[in-house]
Amino acid sequence: MEMGYYPGCTLKTNAKVFEDSLLKAFEKIGIKLKELNKWYCCGTVYSLATDNLMYRLAAIRNLIRAKEDGHEKLVAPCSICYNTLKQANLMAKSDEEAMSKINAFMDEEPDYDGSVSVIHPLEVIEAKLQEIKAAVKKPLGKKYAAYYGCLLLRPKEIAIDEHENPSIMERLIEALGGSVVNFPLKNECCGSYNVASNKEAVIDANYRIITNARRNGADAIVTSCPLCHFNLKEMQKEVKKVHPEFAGLPVYYFSELMVEAFGIEMEG
Amino acid sequence: MARKSKKGEKQEMEMVRIYIMGKEYKVPAGLTIMKAMEYAGYRYIRGAGCRAGFCGACATVYRKEGDYKLHADLACQTTVEDGMWLVQLPFTPANKAIYDMDKIEADDKTLVNFYPEIARCVSCNTCTKACPQELDVMDYIQASLRGDIAKAAELSFDCIQCGLCAMRCPAEIAHYHVAQLARRLYGKYIAPKARHLEERVKEIEEGKFDEEMKKMMKMSVTQLRKLYNARDIEPEED
Ligand code: SF4
Ligand code: SF4
Ligand code: FES
Repeated sequence: MEMGYYPGCTLKTNAKVFEDSLLKAFEKIGIKLKELNKWYCCGTVYSLATDNLMYRLAAIRNLIRAKEDGHEKLVAPCSICYNTLKQANLMAKSDEEAMSKINAFMDEEPDYDGSVSVIHPLEVIEAKLQEIKAAVKKPLGKKYAAYYGCLLLRPKEIAIDEHENPSIMERLIEALGGSVVNFPLKNECCGSYNVASNKEAVIDANYRIITNARRNGADAIVTSCPLCHFNLKEMQKEVKKVHPEFAGLPVYYFSELMVEAFGIEMEG
Repeated sequence: MARKSKKGEKQEMEMVRIYIMGKEYKVPAGLTIMKAMEYAGYRYIRGAGCRAGFCGACATVYRKEGDYKLHADLACQTTVEDGMWLVQLPFTPANKAIYDMDKIEADDKTLVNFYPEIARCVSCNTCTKACPQELDVMDYIQASLRGDIAKAAELSFDCIQCGLCAMRCPAEIAHYHVAQLARRLYGKYIAPKARHLEERVKEIEEGKFDEEMKKMMKMSVTQLRKLYNARDIEPEED
């Protein structure tokens, strides 16, 4: 099966390991993620300024590209891109006034009608758990805390799963032969863009989230978002400076666990 | 207006109305904007170079009657039309990053580090619409943003630095400077090296052609011309 694939800038740069592992893991379960012929930075946050539609152009233009390439579904792995594209698509379906402005502004493009559906790889996985189980060569055998963060779940209209208590990542981990720990902070905010301007907020969030996962017996944290990944993984160094007793945890993308369990060798 | 044809009889020349910086002029149809401005009495001190669509010095914007679009083109390449309102934009103020090509590295963050404003691009596509070279300007900025130097270099290869994209961009990006850095990085660090070039440079440095050069320096123009016309032309490689 082939699906449209929107990588987003981060999967081409800082989160290359996410892209590489995801493409390989999906290939193994019979899904080819076909990168859009042309795509643009999603805008990195879904702008809540409803009177400035300029910030919605990029997302809509990407959806037009997906349609042009003949995709009914567009897979967006980065949580931020997923959230931005999905919310923009929701607007395309529901806000006629905004869309008539956007369509008029982009007069070089065909009008967009909201007909592409934006999905997250975890939603694809949900329907493929049997294939995934069958593809496991080296069951994981460790204990994981599945961390969702905010952007896959909020606002609830775009949630990939039950927005207060998601479980799709847990089901994936179990299918891969790992076990999951109870993790009440799985949808706490990681501090997000505060990492650029207010590091303390991120240090604080990191400390609470990782300590909570450890206390519950996790050997590692699993996530899907490059920004959560950065805030939870790279910021552990900073946390140690503030809390000398802090013992960190490794942080993985869910797709890294998939390639590991499938026994796929990654280069580099 | 009229002018005499060869036979001596008067022949009407078709004229069009154009507005240069708001003032109306009647100029012969079929002229380029550049020639029409000269016809109207303007003299170029800046804003014209090659007169052949290569140097990018003659950026011009115009509107046409009954068309809300702001068009952007090269004055030396665009024919005047009746009812055209135009002005030249011979220069675009834009900051160029300072770098030492021998010291910088070509990685996925180089372009965005030197030109962080490219992250402000909202994908409005205005730059693409403004480009007289019909380049995919937005796409090369987007490629730059995601660190794809090779793609940015390839897409911007025909940029003539006219500045029109930068004049129109709501994110205040200086596209052509970003593109130039991309091409420099590509040429220096990414493109496969042309080995024959290195060998030839070495030969030149070792003085292999000194004698021949000396001989040529003493030749007359006629001799040089003859030599030039009789030169060997290497067949193009596939
Ligand atoms: S990319 Fe910009 S500077 Fe280059 S030719 Fe096109 S409009 Fe001119
Ligand atoms: S004009 Fe500026 S903001 Fe618009 S697409 Fe081009 S680079 Fe991006
Ligand atoms: S004068 Fe050189 S491009 Fe027009």
